[in-house]
Amino acid sequence: MAEPLLLTERLTKRFGGLVATDELDLSVVDGEVHAIIGPNGAGKTTLIAQLAGELKPDSGTIRFAGADITRLAPHLRSARGLARSFQITSIFADLTALDNVALAVQAHAGHSFRFWRSAETETALREPARAVLAQVGLAERADAPAASLAHGEKRALEMAMALATRPRLLLLDEPMAGMGPEDSVRIVGLLAGLKGSLTILLVEHDMDAVFALADRITVLVDGSAIACGLPAEIRDNAEVRRAYLGEEAAS
Amino acid sequence: MLRLAGGPRSLPLIGMILLALVPPVSLGLGEPFYIDLFTRIMVFGIAALSLDLVLGYGGMASFSHAAYLGVGAYAMGILSFYGVTDGFVHFAVAGLAAALVALFVGAVSLRTSGVYFLMITLAFAQMVYFLAISVNKYGGDDGLNIKQHSDFAGLIDLDNATALYYLVFGTLVAFLWICGRIVKSRFGMVLRGAKSNERRMSAIGFPTFRYKLAAFVISGAMCGCAGALLANQALFVSPALMHWSRSGEILMMVLMGGTGSLFGPVLGAVVYLVLEDTLSTITSYWQLLLGPILIVIVIFARHGILGLLAGAPRRPARG
Repeated sequence: MAEPLLLTERLTKRFGGLVATDELDLSVVDGEVHAIIGPNGAGKTTLIAQLAGELKPDSGTIRFAGADITRLAPHLRSARGLARSFQITSIFADLTALDNVALAVQAHAGHSFRFWRSAETETALREPARAVLAQVGLAERADAPAASLAHGEKRALEMAMALATRPRLLLLDEPMAGMGPEDSVRIVGLLAGLKGSLTILLVEHDMDAVFALADRITVLVDGSAIACGLPAEIRDNAEVRRAYLGEEAAS
Repeated sequence: MLRLAGGPRSLPLIGMILLALVPPVSLGLGEPFYIDLFTRIMVFGIAALSLDLVLGYGGMASFSHAAYLGVGAYAMGILSFYGVTDGFVHFAVAGLAAALVALFVGAVSLRTSGVYFLMITLAFAQMVYFLAISVNKYGGDDGLNIKQHSDFAGLIDLDNATALYYLVFGTLVAFLWICGRIVKSRFGMVLRGAKSNERRMSAIGFPTFRYKLAAFVISGAMCGCAGALLANQALFVSPALMHWSRSGEILMMVLMGGTGSLFGPVLGAVVYLVLEDTLSTITSYWQLLLGPILIVIVIFARHGILGLLAGAPRRPARG
């Protein structure tokens, strides 16, 4: 079998005495939606930060598309097709929604030492950006300052910026965080539509969304994977129920 | 609130037309002194504009721009000292020398941000200042007299104050235009993105450091040209030009006029230097009066004077 798209081996990250990632072996197969669930403090966001390159692991390796990227800078990982969204919305608040996405397109359209032509007139940047905005349902809001968007719209913009880099692997850190049911349904629909065209690593607390989307689920507790398998297996796993899904599921 | 006919967009145009009229008006009034004052104002307008490119668009609060101004002025002075009078050489060397210093300062300072960035740029500027004081060959503390103006192949006679005025005016217009293009280009979008959210820029794939450094070098080069203009006006350069308080003055002009607006810093230079000139004729303690005025402007006009005149937009004008 070919090497998985993303592979971590004995990945470890400590903050003082706290082990946030504990010799984690994780494999994400090309084309799957792989969900990571776990209680608060299980090390999910720390894991995403290491995969995206913002945090350096203390030991272990990260392989992506057949190459070791453990020490690679974030922007170089992005160039290789790894995109992320942030748990806490991270956008360019003082630019318009369209500018936000156009910048993400621009990042993957050659170097930006172009000083003279107005970026606003470059259809090669604006058209793909508009298409992605339409994909996440923000076509009407293209010219609105990002700061003025509603929370759900900002989350959608967050997703649009990641998609606009045309990634092979999308790291989504709680894309539904703080969303109302209506917005959540929209994002689940969007992600379902993306299934098959790219690989997704999804960290999410919304169990309905996880079980609706995931091909495989890894359960993270105290930095290590206590279980990994198909949604049905995870649902029936006694250890997982005890550690995470809680009494209501165990009863 | 004060609003201008024709809307905020016409404000820079009106301002530049007024600046273009300064020489005939002051000669008509028999007050040629104003030509000198406004020449100096426009030179500092260029310096403030160059700072705004990195501060207002790139979020880099540099406290070193007096050094680039000084390097440019000394480049012109030292070339003249060795008998080089060609103005094209003067300005090319002034721009390049300041760009090189900015490259070095930026390459080190841009590894930090915020107040650390400010302190490191200040430290480098002080090094350049003390270097100028210690090199006795070029006058040391006393400064260096310059024998003659830059000679642009005999095309313009800079001994004539009006000719010098329009050279500075033309340079200011050119730099405003160039900066206006830059901030809207792909490069400018990267700068604005890096100011807004640098972490996000890395995540979507931008190596922000090299773009910020490039902006810093462009800014330094522009400020160096302003220095060469200043040397032409005074026919004298001294380390005092590079004193750290000068960097603060340029920063103050940008903040007063309005960051991230290109024309704002020019307006800031006008207001700052006219205030300085007016108040210093009233009392020798003019700085005691200037300080409170500056504080009031910065507190009550969050987008600077330009923002105030333009009807206080919710965010900085887009170039």
